[in-house]
Parts: sequence; C-alpha cells; structure tokens
Amino acid sequence: MIALAQVAPLTAPPIDYAAIAPLLVVLGGACVSVLFEAFLPRHQRWPAQVALSVLVVAVAGIALGVYAGSAPVAGIVTLASALSVDGPTLFLWGTLLVLGFGSLLLIADRSVEPGGAFIASAVERASVAAAPGTTTGPTGVDPEHVDRSYGAPGEAPTMQTEVFPFVLFALGGMMAFVAANDLLTMFVALEVLSLPLYLVCGLARRRRLLSQEAAVKYFLLGAFASAFFLYGLALLYGYAGSVKLVAIATAAVGTPRSDALLFGGLALLVVGLLFKGSVGPFHTWTPDVYQGAPTPITAFMAACTKVAAFGALLRVLHVAFGSTHWEWRGVMWAVAIASMVIGAVLGLTQTDLKRMIAYSSVAHAGFLLLGVMAITPEGVSSTLFYLLAYGFTTLAVFGVISLVRNADGEATHLSQWAGLAKRSPILAGVMTFLLLGLAGIPLTSGFTAKFAVFSAALGDGMAPLVVIALVASAVAAFFYLRVIVLMYFSETPEDGPTVTVPGAFTTVAITLGVVVTLLLGVVPTLVLGWAGAGGLTG
Amino acid sequence: MSPTNYLLLSGLLFTVGAIGVLVRRNAIVVFMCIELMLNAVNLSLVTFARINGQLDGQVMAFFVMVVAAAEVVVGLAIIMSIFRTRRSSSVDDANLLKY
Repeated sequence: MIALAQVAPLTAPPIDYAAIAPLLVVLGGACVSVLFEAFLPRHQRWPAQVALSVLVVAVAGIALGVYAGSAPVAGIVTLASALSVDGPTLFLWGTLLVLGFGSLLLIADRSVEPGGAFIASAVERASVAAAPGTTTGPTGVDPEHVDRSYGAPGEAPTMQTEVFPFVLFALGGMMAFVAANDLLTMFVALEVLSLPLYLVCGLARRRRLLSQEAAVKYFLLGAFASAFFLYGLALLYGYAGSVKLVAIATAAVGTPRSDALLFGGLALLVVGLLFKGSVGPFHTWTPDVYQGAPTPITAFMAACTKVAAFGALLRVLHVAFGSTHWEWRGVMWAVAIASMVIGAVLGLTQTDLKRMIAYSSVAHAGFLLLGVMAITPEGVSSTLFYLLAYGFTTLAVFGVISLVRNADGEATHLSQWAGLAKRSPILAGVMTFLLLGLAGIPLTSGFTAKFAVFSAALGDGMAPLVVIALVASAVAAFFYLRVIVLMYFSETPEDGPTVTVPGAFTTVAITLGVVVTLLLGVVPTLVLGWAGAGGLTG
Repeated sequence: MSPTNYLLLSGLLFTVGAIGVLVRRNAIVVFMCIELMLNAVNLSLVTFARINGQLDGQVMAFFVMVVAAAEVVVGLAIIMSIFRTRRSSSVDDANLLKY
C-alpha cells in the first residue's frame, strides 16, 4: 500500500500530431469505412466506399507532403517513443500511400468482370441471370435473399464492399509497421496489417475453393510466424529489459546477460519478419497465396506487404542490431543466397503466371536483403529505392494479368498467353516492358534499383554475395523472357483467352505503374536523393 | 522457486505448440497449437518482468492476449468458411494450390 501511494501521477506523453497525421487519417478513414458498411444501403456502398478510400489516401498524402516539407532532417520520435517519424519512414509512407492508391483502384474496378473481383455471390449472379424467381437449386438460395443481395433485376451486381475497410486497415497497419520504434508496437502493427489481409485473400466468390484455401494457408502460416516473432520479442525483452530498439542496441554493447538471449531473440524475431517479406526458406506460402487470392489483392500484397516487411526489417537490423552486425551477417548471407536461388530456380519450372511472379518476388526479396544487410546510409537509401521501383512494376504486372480472361475467369496458365501479341499488341507491349523491368534491363527502374542495391552491398564488403546475385538475376531473366517469347513468337491457340478492355480505374493503375517504372529507369536521381535524405532515428 | 524454471516451462510449451502445428492435420487443432505458442510467450514475458523487476512485461502480456483474441475471430471465420464449402477442416484436403 505504501508503494502504491508513492507512485507519481502518470503524465500523458506528448504527441506530435502533425507528424503522425497520415497514419491517423488512414486508420480513422478505415473506421468510417466500417460505419459506411454498417449503415449505408447496399446499392450506395460501392460509390461511397470508393470515394471515401480515394479521399482518405489523398488527404493522408497531403498531410504527409505538408509535414515532409517542414520536417526536421534528423527525424523525431513521438508517442512515448513508440513511433519514429524520420526520413525513411516518410519515404515509405509515401510509397505505401501511392501503391495503396493503385491497389484500391484495381480493387474498385468493376468493368473487367461484372461486379468486380469481389462480387457478393457467384451463385446468386448465375441464378438471377437464368431466371429470377425460380432459383432454389442445390444451394438453396431463396429468391427474396437473391433480390436483397443482388439489387433490382437488371442492375449491375453488387460487390462485397467490405474489402475497402479491410484494405484501409491493412494500409494503416503497414504504415505503423514501418514507423514502429519498439517491438511491441511492431507486433501490434504486424497483426493489424496481417489480419485484414488473411480475410481479403478469401473473399473471392468465383474461384472460391482456391481463394479460401489461400486464406487458410496464409492465416495458419502467418499466425505461426507471428508467434515466432513474439517469442523473439520476449527473449529480447528478457535480454535488454525493454523492447525499445535503441535500448536493445545499448544493451548489446555492454550487459552481463548471455548472448544466447540476444541472438536467439534476434533469430526468432527475424524469422517472423522474413516470413512477411516472403524471403528465402520462409516463402512457402507465397506462391499458393499469390495464385489463390483475387488478383487485385495479390497486387496489393505483392507491392505493399513487401514494402512494409522490408521497412520494418531495415529498422530492426539497422537501429537495434547495427552494432552487432558481424555476428548475424553470416546467417543472413545464407538466407539471402537461399532466397535468390529458390526464387530463380523454382521460377523456371512454373506454368502459372501468378505463381511465376510469386517466385520472382522471392528472388527479388533476396536482392533486397543485400541492401538491408549493408549497414550504411547507402544500404538504407538503395533498399528504399528498390522497394519503390519493385512495388510499382509488380502492381502493374498484376493489373495486366487481370485483363487476360476466358470464360472461367482469368487465364493465368502460360500456354494461354501464347501468341497474345497478335491479338492485343498494346497489352503484350506493356507486359513486355514490365517483365523487362522485373528482369532489370537498363532504362527500366529494375536496372537502377538493382544497381543501387548491389553497389551498396559491394561498398560494405559483400562482393561474393553480389556475384551470386548477378548470376541469380541472369537465371531469373530467363523466365521473364520466356513469357515474352511466348507472347510474340508462338501460335495462338484455338480457344485462346480474350483481352478485356480495362475500365478507367485499372487503366490508371497500370499507367501509374508503367510510367513510374520508366521514369525511375531514366531519371532515378530525383527519387534516389529523396530516399537518401535523413537516416533512421531510434 | 527460481524464475528460470518458468522460462524453461515456457520454452517447453512453445516447442509443444510448434511441433503440434507441424504434425497435426485438423485446422482447428493447428490453430489451438498456435494459441499455445502465444500463451507460452505470455508466460515468459511475465517471468522476465519479474526477473527485471518491472511491470512492462505484464502489460505486454495483455497486448498479446488482445491480439490473440482478434486472431481467434479472424481465424475461426476463415476456417468456418472453408469448412462450409469443403465439409472438412483437414489441412491435407486443401490441396488445389501446389507446384
């Protein structure tokens, strides 16, 4: 009782609202979006949700721009040092918001297939199309129900607009994830970004078996990985007596505790982060989930989750473990090599385009790891640049994939893409450019990004790893070129897929990706300077 | 009793959970094993809080509990939806996506 009386009254920590405004806007917008879902009539939800999402991302972007104009170069730590808003954070926030905007456009598009990728029910759509009123059938959907969820007969089918709040929450979680300055905030942000993603993976109603299987696999493996992250957090807390990244770095310099806790904790923690970034031996979920999830969601995951995971990994390794990097670097070498080899070699054997891009993302994760391991300012700026470049290219690739369809939906098997250039030269040209970007051909962002990452790695004494990376990117280039050859120099099959003319939303998203891929390849200095402004602040 | 024993127990529970995830076939049981891993972490957080003489670790355990509860909601929803279409919650039956 005496001890209780002596406790000083708690004072609330000061909060720099201007700095964290973008994050607050996105999370607040997600809450409003949930309210829309609860209170708006069904036919009003799609326009309202699209308008709200675009508005939220735009306002967050403006808030970010206003703050970045006057932000201190050294960066600040706010919210009881839970969030660190520094140069890399601002850069990653900007990247996430723009990529999130592109993904939201892909998600919102209803022109490519009727009702969009998230139509409320494929069964109901079919039954209404047959004959309204006579719809009982094996699923037992009663006609009243059909009317309610489908809207009036003859109207465009409604879509599951729940996807918008999910995506906004995931985006908010990602923004908190890259700014998290202690491990507990990082864990909560990890879950805030993951849980909505698990759900949206399973939202497709047209190939729902694949979609639900992807969701179950992603969920079970993701929860498994976050348990590892959490055990790593507990061990590091035991080691340092605090979960703040700076406190861990300080404790690592001089403490009587055993190194087993420090490096055991680091290993478990990094496993959780590498899983999210789909790196190397922790990639097993990636091909399945990329293939099974609705394509707009795959685009969102491939672009934004990668940015968030590597942003957080960068912060953990540089701020908390920068001083002990000689101890852990050997293991990370092995992980990077494994990731590049697995991605490049297994990518060769794929016959499904979405799976192939998934293995390509595993290989790219290995290249990214080179930049992350370089504990220098160049390491940080080159990783940030690579994330931006890769995110836009891959977003546009999935946008293009969603356009090639046959009667069953998207035609993602490689054989179905044969001779596509004869049928749609523009689409084939765009896809060719994007695949060359992923392969890293000069004049695309892929080349400048790889160059930046490899030179940062060379500068920090990782020459053998760079040689392996160059070989791996040569191997990976083969499977991108195979698709290009298939599109231009193969006979068109009889029952080949058709190329849908994209609506405005998808067109804007693909154009955004292509333009950024080209611009970053031609004039990279602009963004490289921005990526290098200000280091990580603990 | 030495607090180290609790850490050993926590490590043991975490291992039991991890092995359970790897060998069990029912999605619900796999999920329960993941929950066991999270609770093993809670035990070690509280023990470390005791060793360090702070309250931080105990507060963190509450955060973990809240997150675990949210995870249960999402996880059971996903497992329910796949059970409805497949009439099975075995993770071996979900095998359309491979190679």
